[in-house]
Amino acid sequence: MSLVSTVRTKPPIRLRLARAPVIVLSSLRTATRRSLAIILFCLAWEVLPRTGLVDRVFLPPLSEVLNALHQLALSGALATNTIASVLRASAGLALAILLGVPAGLVIGSSRRIAEFIGPLLEVFRNTAPLALLPVFTLILGIGETSKIAMVLYASSWPILLSTVNGVRTVDPLLVKAARAMGLGSVRLFAKVILPASVPTIFTGIRLAAAHSILVLIAAEMVGAKAGLGYFVNAAEFNFQIPQMYAGILMLSALGLLANFALVRIENRLSAWRTP
Amino acid sequence: MSKIRVKGVEKSFPDRRSGSAGPIAALSQVDLEVQDGEFVALVGPSGCGKSTLLELLSGLAEPSAGTILVDGKPIAGPGPDRGIVFQQYALFPWRTALGNVEFGLEAIHMPRSERAERARHFLALVGLSGFEHRYPHQLSGGMKQRVAIARSLSCDPDILLMDEPFAALDAQTRETLQDELLRIWQETGKTILFITHGIDEAVYLGQRVAVMSARPGRILDIIDIPLGPRRGDDDLRSSPDFMQLRHRIWRMLRGQIQSAANH
Repeated sequence: MSLVSTVRTKPPIRLRLARAPVIVLSSLRTATRRSLAIILFCLAWEVLPRTGLVDRVFLPPLSEVLNALHQLALSGALATNTIASVLRASAGLALAILLGVPAGLVIGSSRRIAEFIGPLLEVFRNTAPLALLPVFTLILGIGETSKIAMVLYASSWPILLSTVNGVRTVDPLLVKAARAMGLGSVRLFAKVILPASVPTIFTGIRLAAAHSILVLIAAEMVGAKAGLGYFVNAAEFNFQIPQMYAGILMLSALGLLANFALVRIENRLSAWRTP
Repeated sequence: MSKIRVKGVEKSFPDRRSGSAGPIAALSQVDLEVQDGEFVALVGPSGCGKSTLLELLSGLAEPSAGTILVDGKPIAGPGPDRGIVFQQYALFPWRTALGNVEFGLEAIHMPRSERAERARHFLALVGLSGFEHRYPHQLSGGMKQRVAIARSLSCDPDILLMDEPFAALDAQTRETLQDELLRIWQETGKTILFITHGIDEAVYLGQRVAVMSARPGRILDIIDIPLGPRRGDDDLRSSPDFMQLRHRIWRMLRGQIQSAANH
């Protein structure tokens, strides 16, 4: 009986050890190649302000910025503001997931509800969330509530819409197969539609995370007493330029980290999708 | 009492494309009887309604007219007593091979503690021991179809409805699986209704071959296949008896395909 296996198996240990130096070398080469542009950028950032090609006042050399970053880390200001921002963004995103996913599941499951509410959702989705910032500030003030509410609002749309999409694009053949085995609507939903939608839902969560950071920083710049957005804005206002860039670097690192983590999770959840 | 009794079944669909222009008749006056433990193949030209008939038998759709009786009782929707195997496998990609077979066991409410063991048994039956933890995307087409067959068998149906299950496979895998299916049929004693485009496949597998007309489909004739048990090392497909039966069906279908082309 010939059964063709399509799974790649690893070569024996002996071969792998012998090839180790080559693998390490090629990994280093790849790493260098991939970070080359960033390294050049950092070099430019260091050199250009020092040589006067760029005004040192408005763009300090990278080393000064890193030094400021170090000072802020030591003083605790970095930690305080970063934590404030992260907490707000996380809370808003968590709420958006808790509200958006169930709502999306309901809307996606019922064609009538979907047709009814669809156009209204499109209007809200296409209205830039930041345009509604004054509304939130007006109703909820400039405290924590309005920030979290802003993040909740901005994050909800990608999550809601991708959940609806996930439910509606489940392979109908799978539904047919499950029904043929006698599954009723409830079990069908729990055992087929939900697992099938998970990758799409998670893509929405990843997009929402990016939205949430964007909106949060903007909200903090408009009115807050702590947070990275507030910090960057305040630094600019007080002409503490290296500190301002330090705050921006921190934001950059935060965004990268969040994206990296979420992409990893998304890939795990979507592993079963046909490549 | 026959296992499956299809009597005067008709099925038409409303024609959505041209709005109020009349319905499309897919099946017209289909009569078919299948005995318990029989293996019946169903051939017909493209679009003749073979898959529609299968859908009606599985309970996923209702006939516009006529009756379908299983064990003498009319069917009331889908159920685990009739398993169905699709051409595109319909495996749940987020579950392993074992998980897919367990799905069938979950459908019939088997207690959790017994499921893994039973699922392993069915995978062994279709020759996939050792592949329990592979995901569908890691399996070849032939293996996927084996898992699909194991999954339908896990619900312990009396009847297995197969909709061109080997059409998406290469010729060699198809022949292998045909023999596998016959082995499984002999070991389990299920009643099998096997739909196919291929006359060779129908004559090789079936004890009887039902030939369907072009749309709207009805059963033109049912031909007995008295070829005896299949022995793997003979080239049965080249024997004169086989070719005679094949030619008979071919002639019947040729007329149908030509009249379908003229519509």
